[in-house]
Amino acid sequence: MDFDLSPEQTQLKDGVERLIGSAYGSLEQRNARAAGPLGFSEKVWAQFAEMGLTGIPFSEDEGGFGGGPVETLAVMEALGRGLALEPYFATVVLGGSAVRLGGTEALKARIIPGIVEGTTRLALAVTEKQSRYDLFDVATTARSDGDGFLIDGAKSVVVNGDSADRLVVSARTDGARRDREGISLLLVPADAPGVTIHGYPTQDGGRAAEISLAQVRVGADALIGQAGNGLPVLERVAEFAIAALAAEAVGIMAALHQMTMDYLKTRQQFGGPIAQFQVLQHRAVDMFIALEQARSMAFYAAMMVEHADAAERAAALSAVKVQINRSCRLVGQEAVQLHGGIGMTMEYLGAHYFKRLTMIESLFGDTPHHLRHVGDAGGLEKWANRQSLQGQ
Amino acid sequence: MDLRFTPEETAFRDEVRGFFRTQVPAEIRAKVSEGRSLTREDYVTSQRILNARGYAVPHWPKEWGGQDWTPIQRYIFTEEMLLAAVPLPLQFNCYMVGPVIAAFGSQAQKEKHLARIANLDEWWCQGFSEPGAGSDLASLKTRAVRDGDHYIVNGQKTWTTLGQYADWIFCLVRTDPAAKKQAGISFILIDMTTPGITVRPIITLEGRHEVNEVFFDNVKVPVENLVGEENKGWDYAKFLLANERTGIARIGLSKERLARVKRLAKEMPAGEGMLWDERDFRDRVMNVEIELKALEITQMRVVAAQGRRGDNRPDPASSILKIKGSQLQQATTELLLEVAGPFALAAPVRTGELSNDWPFDYDWADAAAASYFNNRKVSIYGGSNEIQKNIIAKAVLGL
Repeated sequence: MDFDLSPEQTQLKDGVERLIGSAYGSLEQRNARAAGPLGFSEKVWAQFAEMGLTGIPFSEDEGGFGGGPVETLAVMEALGRGLALEPYFATVVLGGSAVRLGGTEALKARIIPGIVEGTTRLALAVTEKQSRYDLFDVATTARSDGDGFLIDGAKSVVVNGDSADRLVVSARTDGARRDREGISLLLVPADAPGVTIHGYPTQDGGRAAEISLAQVRVGADALIGQAGNGLPVLERVAEFAIAALAAEAVGIMAALHQMTMDYLKTRQQFGGPIAQFQVLQHRAVDMFIALEQARSMAFYAAMMVEHADAAERAAALSAVKVQINRSCRLVGQEAVQLHGGIGMTMEYLGAHYFKRLTMIESLFGDTPHHLRHVGDAGGLEKWANRQSLQGQ
Repeated sequence: MDLRFTPEETAFRDEVRGFFRTQVPAEIRAKVSEGRSLTREDYVTSQRILNARGYAVPHWPKEWGGQDWTPIQRYIFTEEMLLAAVPLPLQFNCYMVGPVIAAFGSQAQKEKHLARIANLDEWWCQGFSEPGAGSDLASLKTRAVRDGDHYIVNGQKTWTTLGQYADWIFCLVRTDPAAKKQAGISFILIDMTTPGITVRPIITLEGRHEVNEVFFDNVKVPVENLVGEENKGWDYAKFLLANERTGIARIGLSKERLARVKRLAKEMPAGEGMLWDERDFRDRVMNVEIELKALEITQMRVVAAQGRRGDNRPDPASSILKIKGSQLQQATTELLLEVAGPFALAAPVRTGELSNDWPFDYDWADAAAASYFNNRKVSIYGGSNEIQKNIIAKAVLGL
């Protein structure tokens, strides 16, 4: 058991932190990047690719760098700290995982090199107006059409959906709206006839899109995974998403906590720094505990996301999301409160951290959603349930 | 980064797990699991079984019976002991006075006491808190005045846990009333049979006799019972309290109790089915289980950091373990109380005994409220959670 990074992982972490430190050194820099046509900087995105970040989760055979969950953790934590806008999560973590886990060799060979080079951007189009967080709740249909498919439906809040070249779309090739079977994943070019994309800004400074699909024709080679059996791939993607969001949230919370400590030590009221007040000290400690509990769960996520037992893995990642969500809420709210008025302003970086933390809570499942999931699984401690005190 | 145990660590876990579950009597472990009181004999029996195997004081220096274990092995050992509901070796002996004597005591004190402390041949209790010195421990007033070869001790200690069984008490006493607070305090060992000592029980809210008041009226204590140097007692006390905090999260205990909550909830009728079938109840259980998992990893991080530093200095971050660990222990007793529901109303008829022959459908339920009441102490003792927050604010956050 150890929590240390290898020398290579340390080097990666230092490299990403340096890059993010210069690309996102101030809120003004971030605002300028957000104001660009894509909502992020293509230059910085190219730097991500140059550094090899976009190739991390892909094997060397696939043209990537063969990194694992710990490497992703190091990168996402740094991106969180910088509130980076580039579509790393959408392209590498979401779309990339779908292609990596479900794609045929031919599809992987067609798509992954572009992701690694920074020339292909993906988005995951799964949420629908009725689905909330249920990945299996799919009304969008894909009918067989010759040797391909004809897609009809609509997807909502697709993160970075307005700057992606290709969309990973969940569509029903069989079954009823809430069946677990009959879902297929299809890779759809963003400029395919029948695809309409309405992009808009998000609360956390990023971009998302409403996407409608009307009689969109794709070939058989667009299929990711088996026809009708796309849900297991999608659920794996969601697990990687949760692990990545956990790391991002820890990066944000650590930065926000540090900002808040600095503020308490410098802000003068009643003739001294407000850090002298015990009631504020104790709230700062509550933030610290929430941060450290979240950090522990981000490590747990990195360990469990590759765990072989699917049921245990799913319960573990749900547990991670519950803890991360709770910590996001507590750290975010306390940071604003301890900052007072300045924490309420658009000009203050801390407020933007708070907004991103809040949005992370509702990405890939809120607290009640995942709490229910862990409960249905019977919890995390299976052996303790099976064993009585008397036996071994 | 690898959060799994090595094959050696797993083998060690299996070994201690097997030992605890086969060698420590099941009836003693059942009492611990149900949250009932142990008798003096229960403590002695259990600790002597551990000690015979070298398991009572593994964290002590090797020459006094300790084991050459890594911090990770020690962590595994304690967690397995709690998971098996084995009573921890008497804290006052093994985690408090023993390590202090081993680190700061005279050779004569070590030879006289350490082996007997480990085997519970001597039962020790703690004389720190006073009526006027709780969280502000350094304001203690019990005086020890030098008179030839003796100190004459006068004053009062309180919250003396299991003092009714004790052969010895280790005390913080004021030896220099002129010095400022912490500076004038000494650490002395007092034989409980010395004339002038009176022990008076305090019955805690759940009806048990667990703590006491101890009065000292011109008690003569030989000077060789001073530990270390005169007026340096505060340093030894800090060493002791830091030791105390390391294992205080009691994660294994909370896990064991949570498993019990689940088991009992699956057998407790509620509505059309069982209590476990109710989603909001399950959500409450899961909230606790998830935080417990996070704390377990936090604890592993603290342990791994100790291993990397190669020392056993407790991390200031271990205050987190005390705060969260105590909150979760309390949360599990609240859940148990909820499972017992209306049947929690029944008070235990015979404190400290199993009541299997009692004509009641839920023979465990009478201990649920007692355990809940009693566990309110865990956020108060060992430095209250508010004191722990003061420590983190200063030592970790620099506020």
